[in-house]
Amino acid sequence: MIDLEAALAPVRRLRRGNDVVITTMAASRAWMALGTGPLDFTFVPSCMGHATSLGLGLALAQPQRRIIVCNGDGSMLMNLGSLVTITAQAPRNLVVLVLDNGVYEVTGAQPTPGSGEGRSLGTRVDFAAMARAAGFTAVYHFADSESWSDAAAAALGAEGPVFVWLDVRAVAGRPGPRSPGPAAERALQFVRAITLSQDAPR
Amino acid sequence: MFAGEQIAELLTSLGITHVVTVPDSTIGRWETAIAQSGITLVRVCREGEAWAVAGGLHLGGATPLVMIQCTGLFESGDALRNMLHEWKLPLYSFIGYRSYLNQETLPGDTSLTFTEPILAAWQIDVRLITEASQLHAVAAHYRACRAANKPGTALIAEGNA
Repeated sequence: MIDLEAALAPVRRLRRGNDVVITTMAASRAWMALGTGPLDFTFVPSCMGHATSLGLGLALAQPQRRIIVCNGDGSMLMNLGSLVTITAQAPRNLVVLVLDNGVYEVTGAQPTPGSGEGRSLGTRVDFAAMARAAGFTAVYHFADSESWSDAAAAALGAEGPVFVWLDVRAVAGRPGPRSPGPAAERALQFVRAITLSQDAPR
Repeated sequence: MFAGEQIAELLTSLGITHVVTVPDSTIGRWETAIAQSGITLVRVCREGEAWAVAGGLHLGGATPLVMIQCTGLFESGDALRNMLHEWKLPLYSFIGYRSYLNQETLPGDTSLTFTEPILAAWQIDVRLITEASQLHAVAAHYRACRAANKPGTALIAEGNA
């Protein structure tokens, strides 16, 4: 199992100056705690499960920069169709990370229907198999910090769309993310940052 | 009511770069012409996705249009709420109004009961289009919404399910 902060650490270490990082739910809280920049899109408030769809739109509009979506397993389950939508467009610059802790952590750590605990047969769903079946060819699964940290450069640098599934330790009782400010103002700031960084080094 | 070529020409003139869509039997017939016009079609699996994809496109500097049927509007609630009212993204949409012109295929279609009240509940500026002669009204409404930096919808009457 990987601690949430350790799951995000390679993304912070390896992100390029021109990359956009989208975070949602628990990942947003952890990412914000480590500090954010103008090309970080904290998707709080969000629409349930749609970080991958937002990331796809950004990837299509900004094909010259990498878009990294830090999604949760509960969120991914709410929008599995987006995996198919993504591969239909096949953006080479999109990376989807699923931080899988098996629970809806921000609502009190109830098991998701995809987790072993949440299923009558006790076998959790295989996100890597689902991604492959949806048409992703660059698919990775890591269950410990060391292997993820060692392979992160290759995974994040693979030709997209990339799907990375990380087994993350659930922590019951952690608070949900808070919006860092009025969403509409942040949207405008983000658009300005995108515009200003069009020609930034990659 | 409209041919695909008419719609494609209209969207091109408005500067639309991407059409994010789930087809129905009316708007689906426009896809080929739209794609041939050079506008990128983004086919999504379910309509709620369309609003978030369009939101990402808008944030990235593109000019998207959401094109779905009213039944997909019913499915879109949370995504629409978030993109239009929390992030305040001025997304424009074409929404096919199922059974408006006749109910031969679906007698008693409840789309007629709920579509306009739901658009009103979501506080979207709507222009109802019921005749082929109103294509110019779609353009005018789109431009007005863009100028006001607000979302809008052309609610396009359909006669088939």
